[in-house]
Amino acid sequence: MEARTKTLAIAATGTANLASVLALCARTGVEALITTDPAVVAEAEYAPLPGVGAFGPAMANLRTCGMDMALKARWLQGKPLMGICLGMQMMCQESEEAPGVPGLGFIPLRVQKFRGSLPLPQLGWNSIVPGNGSILESGWAYFANSFRVAEMPATAQAEFSAAKPGRFVGSQAQYGETFAASIEFFPEGSALPTLLLCQFHPELSGNWGEALFRRWMGLGLSSAQQRQEKAR
Amino acid sequence: MSGLAKRIIPCLDILGGRVVKGVNFKNLVDSGDPAELARRYEAEGADEIALLDISATLEDRKTALETVRRVRLAVSIPLSVGGGIRTVDDGERLLNAGADRVSVNSAAVRNPEILSLLAERFGVQCVIAAIDAKSVTAPQIADGKGGRVWEVMIDAGKTATGLDAVAWASACANRGAGEILLTSIDRDGTGTGYDCALLEAVAKAAGIPVIASGGASRPEHFLEGLIAGAQAVLAAGVFHRHERTIEEIKGYLKKNGMEVRL
Repeated sequence: MEARTKTLAIAATGTANLASVLALCARTGVEALITTDPAVVAEAEYAPLPGVGAFGPAMANLRTCGMDMALKARWLQGKPLMGICLGMQMMCQESEEAPGVPGLGFIPLRVQKFRGSLPLPQLGWNSIVPGNGSILESGWAYFANSFRVAEMPATAQAEFSAAKPGRFVGSQAQYGETFAASIEFFPEGSALPTLLLCQFHPELSGNWGEALFRRWMGLGLSSAQQRQEKAR
Repeated sequence: MSGLAKRIIPCLDILGGRVVKGVNFKNLVDSGDPAELARRYEAEGADEIALLDISATLEDRKTALETVRRVRLAVSIPLSVGGGIRTVDDGERLLNAGADRVSVNSAAVRNPEILSLLAERFGVQCVIAAIDAKSVTAPQIADGKGGRVWEVMIDAGKTATGLDAVAWASACANRGAGEILLTSIDRDGTGTGYDCALLEAVAKAAGIPVIASGGASRPEHFLEGLIAGAQAVLAAGVFHRHERTIEEIKGYLKKNGMEVRL
């Protein structure tokens, strides 16, 4: 039993399809609020940044409504922040999709198009290989992307650790090459990541995605999972 | 190397808030409640749910939006919706109601620009070009290549377009479609298997993922579709009538070396 309902603010940036994220919140009993007010996003307990669409217009939208500053404030204060798909990519330095457009830059890595000859976009369920200490479990996650981060958090760690004590971990998947399925930042001594960047869509990844969302929010097992655990 | 699983997509034709199924787009039979059916399919292992709105009236279109909302709340896997999308606004309404992707069929033929507009606004992963293809024997389409030829049909299979399906698929990809939903009108509802020659030709030409549709009833049909180059296989009647479960099909695919999500 939860002591109280957790609250979460979703930044409405105009391009993202928010219905699936809202449906996930409804299923997990989380009180979700869609807002265009940066102050609400900055203050909320939890804030996911969903994203579909293209890097350039989405970044422009964030800046126009001042949401970039709210997200930056959350990141610097270590308040729980999640980036989903394009939301993850926007928290990186820049993207090949929109050369010259700066990202939010929380992660000093570049987003690039998938290398190799497989059909793009990558569309469907890919197998997750959790890194050491990752909040992800092995399983299947739903992806819909043509761009990705290829480098692993170890690189970022070296550049970042001077500014903030903590560690980056990540999980990987394969699509013609190894790419980052998640990048997570754990502040020193914290069991949960304050930053959780998912290249996949937790809101579309079935029970696996719902379980991840619950862990990130510090919630217990879902009723479906409890039934499963009991049945074992 | 790709860790990506081949997808099984049950398709729900919806009309007036109910699931219906016909043969060759005709003789519609009630097949149940969309949200209930979608939930059952997710539990059976569906990788995605496809809704096809076959409404002909404005009143029914409104009902369809409500159906999308209900299905979205019922499942935690991707949801694509097609049928009657003529403008970017139509697409946006469906996305706001809970669709993750929209598929455009007749409107893309009449106004190919809609594919690029949707892609610019929502990203290519959001845009499915649905193509209904019919095998033509007479040289109605001059492709100069010989061999089998398929013509693009629109308006639920009623109107011939004179377009070559393979060339059209590749044009859709260039315009911003992220995936092709390829239905063989000849095979749809017959249970005799996908048109694999069509699939192979389109998958090679398009360079984006292709969903096979029309004709699957036996586990081998699903396997054949994937071998022909489809990334995903769609079926309706075989699941609605409880002839096969998705779990059963996935087990068969796995046994035959296909990567599936189990």
